[in-house]
Amino acid sequence: MILDSKIPDGPLAEKWTKHKFNIKLVNPANKRKYDVIVVGTGLAGASAAASLAELGYNVKAFCFQDSPRRAHSIAAQGGINAAKNYQNDGDSVFRLFYDTIKGGDYRAREANVYRLAEVSVSIIDQCVAQGVPFAREYGGLLANRSFGGAQVSRTFYARGQTGQQLLLGAYSALSRQVANGKVKLYPRTEMMDVVTVDGKARGIITRNLITGAIESHSAHAVLLCTGGYGNVFFLSTNAMGSNVTAAWRAHKKGALMANPCYTQIHPTCIPVSGDHQSKLTLMSESLRNDGRVWVPATVEIAEKLRKGQISPNDIKEEDRDYYLERKYPSFGNLVPRDVASRNAKYVCDEGRGVNETGEAVFLDFRDAIIRDGEDTIRAKYGNLFDMYQQITGDNPYKLPMMIYPAVHYTMGGLWVDYNLMTNIPGLYALGEANFSDHGANRLGASALMQGLADGYFVIPYTIGDYLAQSGYDKVGADHPEFKKSEKEVQDRVQKLLSIKGKKTVDHFHKRLGKIMWDYCGMARTAEGLTKAKAMIKDLKKEFWTDVNVLGDNEELNQSLEKAHRVADFIELGELMVDDALHRNESCGGHFREEYQTPEGEALRDDENFAYVAAWKYLGEGQEEELVKEPLVFENVKLTQRSYK
Amino acid sequence: MNLTLKIWRQKNKSDKGGFKDYKVSDVSKDMSFLEMLDVLNEQLSEKGEDPVHFDHDCREGICGMCSLYINGKPHGPLQTTTCQLHMRSFNDGETITIEPWRATAFPVMKDLVVDRSSFDRIMQAGGYVSVNTGGVPDANEIPIPKRIADEAFDAATCIGCGACVAACKNASAMLFTSAKISQLALLPQGQVERKERAERMIAQMDAEGFGACTNTGACSIECPKGISLTNIARMNREYFSAVVSSENV
Ligand SMILES: Cc1cc2nc3c(=O)[nH]c(=O)nc-3n(C[C@H](O)[C@H](O)[C@H](O)COP(=O)(O)OP(=O)(O)OC[C@H]3O[C@@H](n4cnc5c(N)ncnc54)[C@H](O)[C@@H]3O)c2cc1C
Ligand code: SF4
Ligand code: FES
Repeated sequence: MILDSKIPDGPLAEKWTKHKFNIKLVNPANKRKYDVIVVGTGLAGASAAASLAELGYNVKAFCFQDSPRRAHSIAAQGGINAAKNYQNDGDSVFRLFYDTIKGGDYRAREANVYRLAEVSVSIIDQCVAQGVPFAREYGGLLANRSFGGAQVSRTFYARGQTGQQLLLGAYSALSRQVANGKVKLYPRTEMMDVVTVDGKARGIITRNLITGAIESHSAHAVLLCTGGYGNVFFLSTNAMGSNVTAAWRAHKKGALMANPCYTQIHPTCIPVSGDHQSKLTLMSESLRNDGRVWVPATVEIAEKLRKGQISPNDIKEEDRDYYLERKYPSFGNLVPRDVASRNAKYVCDEGRGVNETGEAVFLDFRDAIIRDGEDTIRAKYGNLFDMYQQITGDNPYKLPMMIYPAVHYTMGGLWVDYNLMTNIPGLYALGEANFSDHGANRLGASALMQGLADGYFVIPYTIGDYLAQSGYDKVGADHPEFKKSEKEVQDRVQKLLSIKGKKTVDHFHKRLGKIMWDYCGMARTAEGLTKAKAMIKDLKKEFWTDVNVLGDNEELNQSLEKAHRVADFIELGELMVDDALHRNESCGGHFREEYQTPEGEALRDDENFAYVAAWKYLGEGQEEELVKEPLVFENVKLTQRSYK
Repeated sequence: MNLTLKIWRQKNKSDKGGFKDYKVSDVSKDMSFLEMLDVLNEQLSEKGEDPVHFDHDCREGICGMCSLYINGKPHGPLQTTTCQLHMRSFNDGETITIEPWRATAFPVMKDLVVDRSSFDRIMQAGGYVSVNTGGVPDANEIPIPKRIADEAFDAATCIGCGACVAACKNASAMLFTSAKISQLALLPQGQVERKERAERMIAQMDAEGFGACTNTGACSIECPKGISLTNIARMNREYFSAVVSSENV
């Protein structure tokens, strides 16, 4: 199988303009003859649904929450990047492009990333026109900050609630189209399958989460904007309902899954406090601007600390190891996310972790408070400190914060071409659900940018090209392919309900999460991954014989909802392990211990692994087929990242 | 801690529903309120009993999906969302009463889950600026004084949870509706449609069956995001000036 990424030719900076000119258009009067299904109402889905409806297409929008406004995008804190260069500090489209390619450790497509940087400027204009209240300077113009170690100030933000404000903007545009009758909303509805007819995506099967009704919806094209799959690890910073089901069902219908092992682990999260923990809370990255990361210099001191015999403030300066400052004198506490996370793991593995579980390091504001005063620190981070205190019960003005890395974002996802179309004609993937722009590691404030770029400014053009060539004829929801898929979904529901085993769904999810975290998390080895694969296979068998899913289908049944999702996570987990095992190099968030530089940094192998690993499902119980899309770099030179 | 929970159970929309008592033990003070309910649900599931259904998603206090009327207060004793409430706010041996939001416009779907789509319909009636994608001016061509932008931001932080309605003896949705109307009335982008917006959103609010506002202020006291009553005052002004000069009367 050969993957055609459909990257337009010509110079990098002209590709998108040229492409927009060359693609086919749908006549305005004919747009109403096309139906488009949008699954997901996060930044990607809401912006796509609203924009397509404005153009005249008939849109159906689906989400599992009770309102489109609650999609997981709402939780993003820090900000959104755009190459506006409002600060006159040397930013440009090319610089944002370059930073994103480099930050992704040279594992993303140049053409896609350039386009992303190019349309980033329009996103901010659009959001402001909608009334999104971004932070402003006293002169009334927009404020920026630098984020995630970037050397220019290009991040736009709305206090610590940027995702919320952007999503409410997109939701307002969506609501307007609902009022206009161009979008029909289906909240509390879960997509269970994609339906293809003659090889093209023609619709989806859904389950109404209130009544349990299994229903068919047909259309001329289907957009999956269903977010990331970080919850495969059970504990992550994702919302509880975030799942892989939509993407995974598409995968099983033939859509390739690209780079599934690329996972981002965020260094500053509140540590796990016990077995009851259901999710992890992110503490904004900005804290590393003033907080100093450390652990005790020796295991003995760490032990006393863990037993509560001493307080962190008793530990003398010479007994503290500010390991990031020590190892990376030029970047210090501001090293990229993957580097900071990995080093926290190392010191904890050595037995120097600082909380009861031994899996936490300090993020200490003592020196910043002495230097700038408590009021200054409060003005900068007050809301974060309050949140920390609310969750942990500790006062971070008096005691150092405790943090630990947590799963945060998945760079992998459905393979898409330059038009955001998967290898199934008519099936698109947008936002975190696709793999396209972040390579092996995503820069801070770039996911929001990508979601809105895809939805507002890419899909409205590229979908026209496909629809213009596909004809108006509708396939009814009574087509045999829909009936067949409905039956499959019903059978699966019945199967899950009839196992009546002894273990709860969460029991399996937690065990899967532990396997993934231990062997396919921050550091991976061939040996560990091989072991994990066998464990996941066993877990899958056990799940399908011993899970207990309570209740019936014909009701609101959260245990059944979860069971579907966990079943898919188990299968995805196995593929992630395969992907991590085959990639015999380290890059970005994928760190294989066998492949590191003498200083312990990620060691890429550009000669053998500068490709996208796309996986093809071949059938139940069979190993998936690896399809490679070579990555060609014509505009940047591949270098070793160094933060010393 | 060991606790007794008195929880509202209701099979579906048409079921009458009623309270049921449950015991949970080994609750740690570090658990969030929802994690405590997770523990109960694991226990129930292991016994083959239907778990207690409740809404939640982000568990970070921002999506507005969680609800729960705890010991007579929406989102419990603190001014925060239920997902951000921790068990250290309760005492060993306590009995905690947990009910769904109660309002005609928020029918109960099952147990503690209610239907808040009426909020979406209020937004659809006018909670937006009518601009299409593309063709908008450069972002910095619309300068906005910082003070105004900050005030608009404060109104815009509403998470649409519905606690204001649950707190109000009249089940009024004034605080929620006024937050959006205020945000857009403050900003230059919202001026063009200012009048129709207020009229249409308020008409929809009434049509959904929310009650009238008698200025008790309970909504703002219980609002997890501290949405201020000045928004209601502003909305009333907007509405009054809209009807006085309306072309729709
Ligand atoms: C705590 C946190 C903070 C973050 N902060 C930042 C930040 O500061 N800057 C930044 O750029 N990025 C940030 N990110 C990342 C960013 O928020 C996400 O990557 C992005 O919002 C994803 O948007 P999306 O539209 O692709 O998907 P989502 O917002 O996840 O939306 C998914 C949608 O799909 C629907 N859905 C999913 N599965 C199904 C199904 N089976 N059936 C029906 N519907 C389904 C859901 O209902 C939802 O509407 C953060 C992430 C987290 C977790
Ligand atoms: S005004 Fe406050 S209480 Fe009401 S919906 Fe908004 S956030 Fe919730
Ligand atoms: S679960 Fe999102 S606000 Fe509580």
